[in-house]
Amino acid sequence: MAERAQPWGDHVAAVFIWTAAAVVTSVFVWMLADIVWNGAGQISWEFLTAPTDDAGRAGGIGPILVSTAMILGVCMAVSVPLGVGTAVLLSEFTGTNVTFGRLVRRSLDVLAGVPSIVFGLFGNAFFCHVLGLGFSILAGGLTLACMVLPILIRSTEAGLRAVPNEYRMGAAALGISRTSALWHVLLPAAAPGIVVGLVLGVGRAIAETAALLFTSGYVDRMPGSLFDSGRSLSIHIYDLSMNVAGGSANAYASALVLVALLVPINAGISWVADRWLHRRLVR
Amino acid sequence: MSPSHRDRALGWVLRATAALVAAIVVLIVAFLVVESAGVLRKLGPLRFLTDPSWHPTSGSFDLTAMLLGSLLVTVGAVVLATPAGVASALFCRYYAPAPLAKLYGRMIEVLAGIPSVIYGMWGLMVLVPLIGKWQPPGPSLLAAVLILTLMILPTIALFSDAALAKVPDRYVRGAAALGLTRWATLRGVVLPAARSGLFTGVLLGMGRAIGETMAVLMVCGNVVQTPGSLFDPIRPLTANIALEMGYALGDHRSALFVSGLVLMGMVVVLVGTAELVSRGRLHG
Repeated sequence: MAERAQPWGDHVAAVFIWTAAAVVTSVFVWMLADIVWNGAGQISWEFLTAPTDDAGRAGGIGPILVSTAMILGVCMAVSVPLGVGTAVLLSEFTGTNVTFGRLVRRSLDVLAGVPSIVFGLFGNAFFCHVLGLGFSILAGGLTLACMVLPILIRSTEAGLRAVPNEYRMGAAALGISRTSALWHVLLPAAAPGIVVGLVLGVGRAIAETAALLFTSGYVDRMPGSLFDSGRSLSIHIYDLSMNVAGGSANAYASALVLVALLVPINAGISWVADRWLHRRLVR
Repeated sequence: MSPSHRDRALGWVLRATAALVAAIVVLIVAFLVVESAGVLRKLGPLRFLTDPSWHPTSGSFDLTAMLLGSLLVTVGAVVLATPAGVASALFCRYYAPAPLAKLYGRMIEVLAGIPSVIYGMWGLMVLVPLIGKWQPPGPSLLAAVLILTLMILPTIALFSDAALAKVPDRYVRGAAALGLTRWATLRGVVLPAARSGLFTGVLLGMGRAIGETMAVLMVCGNVVQTPGSLFDPIRPLTANIALEMGYALGDHRSALFVSGLVLMGMVVVLVGTAELVSRGRLHG
């Protein structure tokens, strides 16, 4: 059969779609190239470890990296047990009370949509003032923990749901208690989902700025404890590029460090998720 | 007896955990309400719309210019990002050769994970000076719209892609059997079938745009005014909170929580609508 000539609508659509993809790609490349080009020159061991100097114009980002790691530590230490527990309840125990499960899900949906600046307001009012933590790494980490919970729960739940039902029945047939079955069978089998959630959560937490502005604060000294204020890498970038004249060189370098931390995380995640899903389908 | 005992204990521990997690949203709303109650009770909600200007330290609390700023930035970004995002998803599924589609999909995922502060920095260092050379001063509604477009595009593209993936294969094959061209198939069959998924993505992108703070804050100029053109600086609600929360006291602080409450309300409405739309799909 002879191919009919394509109507002009098809050509217009194809041109538009290819153009859109090309524009998005070039902006992406432009942005990344700009950051690498302007940032790579300053990166050195010295820069990564030295204390900040002259409001960040000089010196390195040693204390900033330590603060960031501490904030992340607090965030994950609090959110992982809460998140995994909630996910287990939602996927394994929902038979007990359907309404409760639905209520928890609904509240997580809303939580996932709360703007980060509102988390900042809440964290400032609750953790800093009511609980009396002041501007501290602890307050910042707790605020971020509230923020990453929905991500963590969603992906742990997906991991648990992907565990074949035979595992549960097999465990029940062996007369193992649900607690042991959970601990020895289900959670290990759901590990990839938990790991994906964990890494996504870390990614979200490292990227966050607005929620930390009024919770963990601006102080760029080396933090002595969790109760000290500490400046995260993202806030450092904001402050250097917005408020410090002549800070743009170090802002670019810090941005490069942040992107270098995040891009492998994001690329790795989708790779792990793909492979894991693939393996499950093939088996 | 002991294992079942342990099971019951575990059940209660998990329920307590989930209750705590569910309580966070309630706590957030409660704190926003309590903190904004002071100024709301003292002045009433109307003053936030009718006051002559935003000079909170001298008792003038007009939010309309910043509300308008938030809305303009969001609408602009959604108008630009929706066609580009849907086109990206169509590109991946129907136009690009397989290896290119995979690469492009990865790029969109990486783009989705780039922090807002990086978008903001790039906007401030590259985009704003470019706009400034063309139409001074540079930091403007336009800059904010463009940066936000870039930020919500991955959200819309990823949701569109998921929606397109759910369109049954037999629809496409049926269209092919009818001799429809590629674009006629997409426009007449695939896009309508994926409609609710696409709409959900746009709504969530919109929610992200309204709530976005850092990227917008860094490029919008932060002047509290009703913009006369695309090149005028503006200040959306989120940027205002970020700028003033550091030193705000008393009624001023309370007023910032009022704007937080307004933001929260808008986002809840958007997320709720998105959920209704996607559930409507499940039943229909």
